[in-house]
Amino acid sequence: MIAFLSINAQWVLFSTMILGMASGMIGTLAYWKRQSLMSDALSHAALPGVVIAFAILGVKNLSLMIGGAVISALLGALLIQWIRSSSRVKEDTAMGMILSVFFGLGIMLLTIVNRTAGGNQSGLDAFIFGQAASMIRTDLYMMLFLAFLVILVVFIGFKEWKLYLFDPEFAKGLGLSTRWMDNLYLGVLVLVIVIGIQAVGVILMSALLIIPAVSARYWTHSFKWMIMLSAFFGGASGMFGTLISTLGKGWPTGPFIVVSSSALFIISLLFGAQKGLLIKAVQFQMQKKELTQSWSANAVLKEGE
Amino acid sequence: MGYTAWILLTASLVGLSCGLIGVFLILRKMAMMADAISHTVLLGIVMAFLVTRELSGGHMLIGAIMAGLLTALLVQWFHSLGVQQDASIGVVFTTLFAVGVILISTKVGNAHLDVKHALMGEITFVPWNLVSLPWIGEIPEATFILSLVLAIVLLSILIFYKEWKITSFDPALAASLGIPVVLMHYLFMSLVSITTVAAFDAVGAIMVVAMLITPAAAAYMWTDRLSVMLLLSGTFGVFSAFVGYYVAVWLDTSISASMAFATGLVFMISFLCSPKHGLLAKYIRPFMVPSE
Amino acid sequence: MDVLKVDNLTASYRKNKVLADVSFRVQPGSLTGIVGPNGAGKSTLLKVMLDLHPRLSGTVSFFGSTLKKMKRRVGYVPQRGSVDWDFPTNALDVVMMGFYGKIGWLKWPTRIHREKAMDALSKMGMAEYADRQISQLSGGQQQRVFLARALVQEADLYFMDEPLAGVDAATERSIMTILKELKLMGKTVMVVHHDLQTVEDYFDHVLLLNRTVIGYGKTEEVFTKENVARAYGGALRWMRGETS
Repeated sequence: MIAFLSINAQWVLFSTMILGMASGMIGTLAYWKRQSLMSDALSHAALPGVVIAFAILGVKNLSLMIGGAVISALLGALLIQWIRSSSRVKEDTAMGMILSVFFGLGIMLLTIVNRTAGGNQSGLDAFIFGQAASMIRTDLYMMLFLAFLVILVVFIGFKEWKLYLFDPEFAKGLGLSTRWMDNLYLGVLVLVIVIGIQAVGVILMSALLIIPAVSARYWTHSFKWMIMLSAFFGGASGMFGTLISTLGKGWPTGPFIVVSSSALFIISLLFGAQKGLLIKAVQFQMQKKELTQSWSANAVLKEGE
Repeated sequence: MGYTAWILLTASLVGLSCGLIGVFLILRKMAMMADAISHTVLLGIVMAFLVTRELSGGHMLIGAIMAGLLTALLVQWFHSLGVQQDASIGVVFTTLFAVGVILISTKVGNAHLDVKHALMGEITFVPWNLVSLPWIGEIPEATFILSLVLAIVLLSILIFYKEWKITSFDPALAASLGIPVVLMHYLFMSLVSITTVAAFDAVGAIMVVAMLITPAAAAYMWTDRLSVMLLLSGTFGVFSAFVGYYVAVWLDTSISASMAFATGLVFMISFLCSPKHGLLAKYIRPFMVPSE
Repeated sequence: MDVLKVDNLTASYRKNKVLADVSFRVQPGSLTGIVGPNGAGKSTLLKVMLDLHPRLSGTVSFFGSTLKKMKRRVGYVPQRGSVDWDFPTNALDVVMMGFYGKIGWLKWPTRIHREKAMDALSKMGMAEYADRQISQLSGGQQQRVFLARALVQEADLYFMDEPLAGVDAATERSIMTILKELKLMGKTVMVVHHDLQTVEDYFDHVLLLNRTVIGYGKTEEVFTKENVARAYGGALRWMRGETS
């Protein structure tokens, strides 16, 4: 691969690229479900689970911590759902509550754990900012496996996802179980979030789930292309971000990945073929031109009368 | 005043200010904007430091307010360009936050900012950071700033009550009545930024979100009147601060996090037990003999 | 003097030009129904006239002057759908909001405002629901509250967006009674309406709109088979009194 990077760095590069692709794809689903910020809420909600898993074992075991994170995030998702459907509290409020309250609980537990078991403080830093650079080989394998799983799920069920997102009522009529799709979507979302947190941290994980998908929107109206483009943007961001972060000593990967994806977003916003600003400006000028032309045509007609 | 008393006072000020603002926040469905702003203020603080080379509270406050306004502006702008509301929020705040983190960790200008502190805050340090005032003597800086903020919040709500009420309820009508909807929006966002920043120092970014949203949501479960909702929300905020503090002392854990969690408990209880809109009441109601 | 003068109004919504060169003049005291197929630009017309939506070209004058100057004399009843029904407010409170434009900064509603609001509610048959939280009201009741809110604005020119959509028969009668009263008081009312069947009964003027003005004028002159067919693109073949 790239000569000047160490083997480990190459693995990190590869993993962040795959992670970016998986996030881009799931992010497209989230975008159409109008739940872009759910990832932020669920990322934060995962903290108590991670801490509890760590506390029970007393040792940093990745798969168990992922398990704890998944349970915690799913619990958060269920609560959000419950609150929203059985009271007048709106979804954004419910998300904000779960986000902050669960995270608060997580910090409470973490503080207790740190004081008693002498656990390492860096656990929290890793959670917030990710630690792509310091992951060990087996961690990376696990991440890759899960990411591939996610990509597969989206790929195989493509038609079903499309239907489920655009017209769930019709889908039900065709016999597609939206309940099942809801759960599958949630499961995959949580999985991606939890894996991604390891690499880029809580806050920045949301970025990967939102920004590539939104960028893709500016280039196409087709669901299929949006997923592909989104995956491409996500992967590209992962790659560029990681590369840039190797330029400096001790630079964290996460933020650079995010900034790379934002750069792609700005480019898409300006130049996107379908909805980019440039195109829109051109269209507006054309509409105005049509208007003045028809006026002058009318004027000509009138004069002729 | 004793150490504990200062902490409780400061936390109560946070609970009150956030509780009051929070009511309009959730009614305007801007809960996640609060989340966004609480993260982007980091960038504001870093920028303020880079520009002024000082770690003073005042400068950071201004930097953070500007960051908050910038966030609101960018979100609005992207939304007007056709990006979905929550996607706009997501793009803006993650990017600005990432920029902030990059600035700090690449040690641009040697910013000795403790990111964890900015995010988590630690109210335990508040009583040690004193400022000298005429007449009052020495009080913690955070407490002073929060008192000012509370005064501003109360005043603003008093002045703009009608306008914020109608722009939250029916913006289309408000616009047709000649009420400056956009101005009201940005004024409100400024207020959210100021409150977030001031509360930040005491309880950290994430907990501010809890204080902004949860007591208001809890109040929403008890009443159908806006004025009562404001009162209740402030009360719940203060209550959570107290409960959180004592639980933290009991368990020997982070006070800020404890307060955040306490707001959640208050909400849960309200969600389940409120006679008007609580869940249990909904189940029991069919079985109750109608009194009319 | 024309109460409302619209010239060459053009506007787009998303990518489509939804209003093209719309022009008409409205006399005081008329009760106009704005009809046209879906997507014809009826709602957009209202919003563009009221500066709630951008226009590509054209001018609108109210009472011979600009909207800004005449805002006090114009009342708007938006479509019912855009409101948060869980908002902590009751029927009386909603009606009082109609005063907010006139009360101005820093002042609070007074007892007089309250009385006027209660009067308006009574007029709409909603007095006993004054303290009911709005999500507890039926669709028809909600619409009546919105009408009451419009009444307290004491405007001279009213725009209403589908006030009769989805309401029960009693509410429809009640609303039309009020509209006719407004007309008798010399007010001008323009209503986006969805039901072709009732146009002739309800409105003395009609604006047939399908992106451009197909026709505007007295109902008996403008609301003809041919015009309606033109407005609806020939898709409509059946009108009252016709078979096949």
